[in-house]
Amino acid sequence: MARLTEENVRVAREIIARYPRSRSATIPLLHLAQQQDGYVSNDAMVHIGELVGATSAEVFGTASFYEMFKFEPVGKYLVNICGTMSCALLGADELIHHAEHALDVKLGGTTDDGLITLERAECQAACTEAPCLQVNYRYRFRVTNESFDQLVDDLRAGRLDGEIPPHGTVARVRQRAAADRVVGAVAPEDVSDGPSWFDGKAAL
Amino acid sequence: MTSTETNVTSDENQPPVDPNAVTMSINGRSVVARKGELIIAAADRSGDYIPRFCYHPRMSPVGMCRQCLVEVEGPRGPMMVVSCMTPVADGQVVRTDTPQVKRAHEGILELLLANHPLDCPVCDKGGECPLQDQAFSHGPGESRFVEEKRHYEKPIPISDIVLLDRERCILCDRCTRFADEVAGDALIHFTSRGNNTQVLTFPDEPFSSYFSGNTVQICPVGALTAKPYRFKARPWDLEKVESTCTTCSVGCRITVESSRDELLRYQGVDSDPVNWSWLCDKGRFNFEAVASDARLEQPLIKRDGKFVETDWSSALRATAELVSSALRDGGAGSVAILGGARSTNEDAYAWSRLARALGTSNVDAQLGDGLPSTVYAYPQATIDEAANASTVIVLGPDLKEELPVLHLRLRDASEKKRSKIVEFGSKESGLTRYAWKHTGHEPGQQVAAVRSTLTETAVVSQLGKGSVVVVVGRGNLAESPEFTMSALAAVMELVPNAKVLPVLRRGNVRGALSAGLGSGSAVDILERAAAGKINCLVLVGADPLADFPDADLARRALTGVPNIVSLDTFMTTSSSQAQIVLPAAAFGEKDGTTTNLEGRVSQLSRKVTTRGTSRPDWMVAVELADLLDVDLGVGSVHDVFEQMVSTQSAFRPIDRAALKSSPDGVLLAHVGSAPIASPVPDVPERAGFSYRLVVSRKLYDAGQNVANSPSLALLAPGAAIYLHPLDLDRLGAPAGSNVKAIGARTSVVMRVEADATVHRGTAWVPFNQPGGKVGELIDASALVNDVRLENL
Repeated sequence: MARLTEENVRVAREIIARYPRSRSATIPLLHLAQQQDGYVSNDAMVHIGELVGATSAEVFGTASFYEMFKFEPVGKYLVNICGTMSCALLGADELIHHAEHALDVKLGGTTDDGLITLERAECQAACTEAPCLQVNYRYRFRVTNESFDQLVDDLRAGRLDGEIPPHGTVARVRQRAAADRVVGAVAPEDVSDGPSWFDGKAAL
Repeated sequence: MTSTETNVTSDENQPPVDPNAVTMSINGRSVVARKGELIIAAADRSGDYIPRFCYHPRMSPVGMCRQCLVEVEGPRGPMMVVSCMTPVADGQVVRTDTPQVKRAHEGILELLLANHPLDCPVCDKGGECPLQDQAFSHGPGESRFVEEKRHYEKPIPISDIVLLDRERCILCDRCTRFADEVAGDALIHFTSRGNNTQVLTFPDEPFSSYFSGNTVQICPVGALTAKPYRFKARPWDLEKVESTCTTCSVGCRITVESSRDELLRYQGVDSDPVNWSWLCDKGRFNFEAVASDARLEQPLIKRDGKFVETDWSSALRATAELVSSALRDGGAGSVAILGGARSTNEDAYAWSRLARALGTSNVDAQLGDGLPSTVYAYPQATIDEAANASTVIVLGPDLKEELPVLHLRLRDASEKKRSKIVEFGSKESGLTRYAWKHTGHEPGQQVAAVRSTLTETAVVSQLGKGSVVVVVGRGNLAESPEFTMSALAAVMELVPNAKVLPVLRRGNVRGALSAGLGSGSAVDILERAAAGKINCLVLVGADPLADFPDADLARRALTGVPNIVSLDTFMTTSSSQAQIVLPAAAFGEKDGTTTNLEGRVSQLSRKVTTRGTSRPDWMVAVELADLLDVDLGVGSVHDVFEQMVSTQSAFRPIDRAALKSSPDGVLLAHVGSAPIASPVPDVPERAGFSYRLVVSRKLYDAGQNVANSPSLALLAPGAAIYLHPLDLDRLGAPAGSNVKAIGARTSVVMRVEADATVHRGTAWVPFNQPGGKVGELIDASALVNDVRLENL
């Protein structure tokens, strides 16, 4: 869709400056692009390549390794229903079937209003709470057909806006480290001392 | 250590023991290897073949395919390691032939074949396929895999030349490693993950690398294929000879491969001093031009303004008549010969002998687009010396565009941190990314640039660190070559120990000049021709109307000469002005020797029959001499060779036996002493609204070889004027629009584009592009050329 905005280019430069080699910033910048557009667009990958000094093919090669980077637009909410063993035994397939009907989409599809994308996921490490799902990677446990419908209602009504930010949001508050606490701006081979906070006195 | 000392003291005649040598055992036999060498390389030398797919001796190891497993004796018994990632060690015990190793090889091959489509009967690689061959020699013979194989769309184009079949791919990382590590064009990459891992380009960004053909050659399966060879032949039907590419003057060693008397493929040969097995796409694929329908087949003679076919004896008699009448009317000075730099040493020598016999010194192998041949009088460097020098000073052309494989060697030198590159240029080049220092200068200002950069403290200390090689060529066709020669003299004055690697681009220009085809200068000859002082001009594979920078002078010269004879493979714009056109044999159709830019003489081999009745250049010279009652004393290409090496001092070290025993070639002798620097001409001021013209070549242009190779012809970028984006803003013309370029004599309309690698205040125009008329803006007698631009 779009290259990084002016504001995000400023953030990108800040991120790049944290690393001794600018290519190390590729994945953080992909997150930034996904936060901006909800998915990683081709233009954004070209732009990231320019910013970190890599070809777009290299950026795409890196990005496509990761399931959580999306290269097509997805809904504001990405609903991943777990389909692995414990969830499968406790009715994940029925839940998926119900979800497909309730949302009127097939797995991988997005609702007409562009709000919800439905996907099947591998084990989400919540087997004691099966069947489970994630909305933009926020857990919902022991999901029933009824609680699923309630969840969709809440999402549509905006009642969960405070808890679940739009897809791609890494953090609503961007953390910034003080200059003297930034690690990694020096190439590993040039590091002579430990970082300033690593003197045994910090944090305690 | 003690044994080393005893060795030295006990027998002083023994050579000193190599401190880097280690002794190891492979399959029970003792092998001496070098520290840091990989087991697979040591095993190759000892004759123990280990199967492999991803390992390539010219690229860094990755251990991707796991096929090269061997057993190495360890503290806890034998251990399986990948031999392409494990370095040798003293006392190491390696076994490549145990039942366990055999089982491992079979297991890996079964896995590699699990998703491989086995469409060998329709695959171009079948018959020379490492996967096929090693499945037979090291595979299990059958597979337990009965499931559905992975499916992809077959094949997808990843560039204008290369196609990719992802089903056949075994993910060895050879092509992607080549693109990143060797070519520096990481435009293909592994994408996705797990069972879906595949090599791809970025969407809509093709693998448009000048070196893409190499990936097809090194692909160990049939996943990558190149358009010019697809479905043309089966490997077992190909006949091949080793030869040297003469597309540019790097002189890469190649195999020339044909079937049914038609050239079908060139493959790179690993010549250590030259090309390391790599080729550029222009050299690799321009065999298409040899088989082109546009080739001349019969001698042509002009009657009433039209060419009619004739036979050789009439054509040669008519040519001899033109030459002798010119000699009669205007003396020897009224005969001129241009060209010869595209032919063999023997061709060039025969024509220079004929010229001397006729008494004319109006002879030049260059077309005003090179440098004076005094550049060869400086102490000369080889490509290897340049790629191992601690500092490389580049004065002149964009090597990536003109001499691509030399660019790869220098890029490698910089990337592997052997050399630091100090580059001077009027435009950024393909090498600028890898240069330690790039000094931009306006045309004509290179002496000042050299003097200020080479006296900087950091540069002085770098120059003092080791050997220095100056790579020098013609970087700008719109400025006088004197500036580059003066800059070279300035470098030699500041760094007296430096050696020089002249990089004149035409295939055999160094051989032609060394064989005697450089006694005149093309500029003088064409000026004399324009003044009506030349009665007969012979073009030996030369096309001044396309290649001479000053289009107006070339046109006036060719109109001013009453009789032109052209010896060429194609009907060029210049040959169409000739009275007689003789068809010449092309590359691959003739034997002989060629000389590359470093003066390395190597053998060319004939592979296919000459087209039509065409003849090699030397033969035409000899037959013409006969008709003119001159005895050159030669009857065969061998005679020409023998006479050349015995009379031309530069060719003294060359003889048949030396060429036979060293296929990489033999270096010419160094002739002459360093020239005396002439004073630097003063550069005229540039007017405020003018742009100083920078004209240089792109790899793909409107030259005959590219234009007649269908796979390459469309790759020429086309004619345009490139300005720095800020200059384009100042001009107020949108990129892609047409502007009027006003030169000193005339004006032309050309597309304008923005390019940040162009320096401000200059306008860069690629030379000899389809539809381009930049030659109209160049005055060969001017020191520099300026152009004004106007919006239309």
